[in-house]
Amino acid sequence: MRWLPIFKKEMRLYFGSPVAYVVFTFFLLIAGWFFSQIFLFYSDISMRSFMQPGMGQNLNITENVMRPLFTNMSVVLLFFMPMLTMRLFAEEKKSGTIELLLTYPVRDGEVLAGKYLAAGALYGVLLALTLLYPGIIAGFTRVEWGPIFTGYLGLVLAGGTFLAVGLFISSLTENQIVAGFGTFGVLLGFWIIGWGAEFAGGNLRSVLQYLSITEHMDTFSRGLIDTKDVVYYATAIALALFLTLRSLESKRWRG
Amino acid sequence: MIQVEQLSKRYGPVTAIQDVSFSVEKGQIVGFLGPNGAGKSTTMKILSCFMPATSGTARVAGFDVFAQSLEVRRRIGYLPENAPLYPDLPVAAYLDFVAEIKGVGRGVRRARVAEVMERCFIADMQHRLIGKLSKGYRQRVGLAQALIGDPEVLILDEPTIGLDPRQIAEIRALIKSLAGQHTVILSTHILPEVSMVCDGVIIINRGRIVARGTESELVEQVFPTARVELRVAGASGDVGDMLRAVPAVLSVEPLPSRDGTMGFLVESPRDRDVRSDLVALVMSRGWTLQELHQVGMSLEEVFIRVVAGEEAEEQALLEAEAERVAGEPPAPPEAPGSPDMPEATNRPETSDRPETPTRTETR
Repeated sequence: MRWLPIFKKEMRLYFGSPVAYVVFTFFLLIAGWFFSQIFLFYSDISMRSFMQPGMGQNLNITENVMRPLFTNMSVVLLFFMPMLTMRLFAEEKKSGTIELLLTYPVRDGEVLAGKYLAAGALYGVLLALTLLYPGIIAGFTRVEWGPIFTGYLGLVLAGGTFLAVGLFISSLTENQIVAGFGTFGVLLGFWIIGWGAEFAGGNLRSVLQYLSITEHMDTFSRGLIDTKDVVYYATAIALALFLTLRSLESKRWRG
Repeated sequence: MIQVEQLSKRYGPVTAIQDVSFSVEKGQIVGFLGPNGAGKSTTMKILSCFMPATSGTARVAGFDVFAQSLEVRRRIGYLPENAPLYPDLPVAAYLDFVAEIKGVGRGVRRARVAEVMERCFIADMQHRLIGKLSKGYRQRVGLAQALIGDPEVLILDEPTIGLDPRQIAEIRALIKSLAGQHTVILSTHILPEVSMVCDGVIIINRGRIVARGTESELVEQVFPTARVELRVAGASGDVGDMLRAVPAVLSVEPLPSRDGTMGFLVESPRDRDVRSDLVALVMSRGWTLQELHQVGMSLEEVFIRVVAGEEAEEQALLEAEAERVAGEPPAPPEAPGSPDMPEATNRPETSDRPETPTRTETR
């Protein structure tokens, strides 16, 4: 249970510095912009469907507003999450505080858990703030909460992956900028790798498609929980955290 | 409480410490003395389980720092060099975090933190962000975090650096008060600090222990003879030879004359006080005795002698090596120090003196 003090310390540092507020402000501004644009476009389509009988059959507010919003948010998160994780280990290494942290009676796993959960909790607060958008929709019409729940589940899993990858890369360097850009580069790489699937054939195509980090989000935003996608994110998180733990332990071996 | 055997640490090709062995008894305060880059911090990083040794073993409170790191870390308080702390946390919140991570119970945590802040004289700054504190305060917050949880062993890397003279005195008193209950190993390059605070001294230079013992033992080892400074006026003839004739006098060195007096540095064995004999000589010759006093040997002189002597030897070694390889393609110089670095007792200047006790294993 020694992860708790580290969790509390990290939360204090997030909220005691401008980091949390800057990330929240800009993420919500961008996500809010996306939401309003999609929402306005949707209401325009709904209006026109009065004129054209039959067109309204395919209109569904979850499918046409929330689904693109989830996709957009997952891409925006790709840019924002590295900023939450880049400091976690790099800053401690740079300032030397890691020397004290690692000589306190805590296991490496507890250090890792405290930091990962703190970043996760911050992300959780961020996601909770975006619940405003389905809330607004609920003010106008009936909302299908099922697909919204799965959409958020997808965001939690994808975000958890981003954070785990960021934590790992932060443990490799003492330079926060390297940690931030490294994470961003890796995540971006896993996003655009899926684009290659279009021109690849056979097995390569399915491999590339499977690797794409945002591809798996789409299933969730459509209201499906596919074990394939859950397994993808769960293994990615587990692998990244495992590597982080090894990276921390190697410090004890190599000095 | 602390046993270190044959500890070596290499950073790539650079050897930070080489075959360091020593032990510290429970309740003692031991000072680690050495010039910059001698390997003090490296030894402390290994003892605090932050860094593994390349070879050798170190045990703290009976636990191996590498194999039983967690057990060791439960029993130590560590203040790294320059006290790295989180600048964005207030002092009290930071110490509360440390107390919690060291397993101080929820109920007593607040009281313990308050107590430690009181002891380290930082209570008045408890709501200030650490990053806004002066160096002296930060150093004391660092000391406070080491003291939290009442660890058996304290490893303090330059605890008084950056403090003003009054704070230094306060912190030394604090460290001194820890003796008995706690085992303390502290590093410093302020020599009087060691005399004031420590029970024992370990002098380390270029990664090797060059001398250890209590202060008086070290003085005896390095300066096996007692020295007396004598000044006389109105003397004529070969005063030096006459002084040399006094029984038990080992050597006489003339000092620069001052105010018309002749000065001499007279060496004798430690257990023979030749001062009364010298006075008798001066009286019988009818000279005027201006000054007669024992030349005290401080730790500072020991330190300079040991460290400088070692460097001089090394220089000679390198020169000899350079002569030997002259004409050949330049070979990389030998690793610092020959395999058997002479002990502090074997300085060339003192080698013709009566045999002195070899390095005493006091702890």
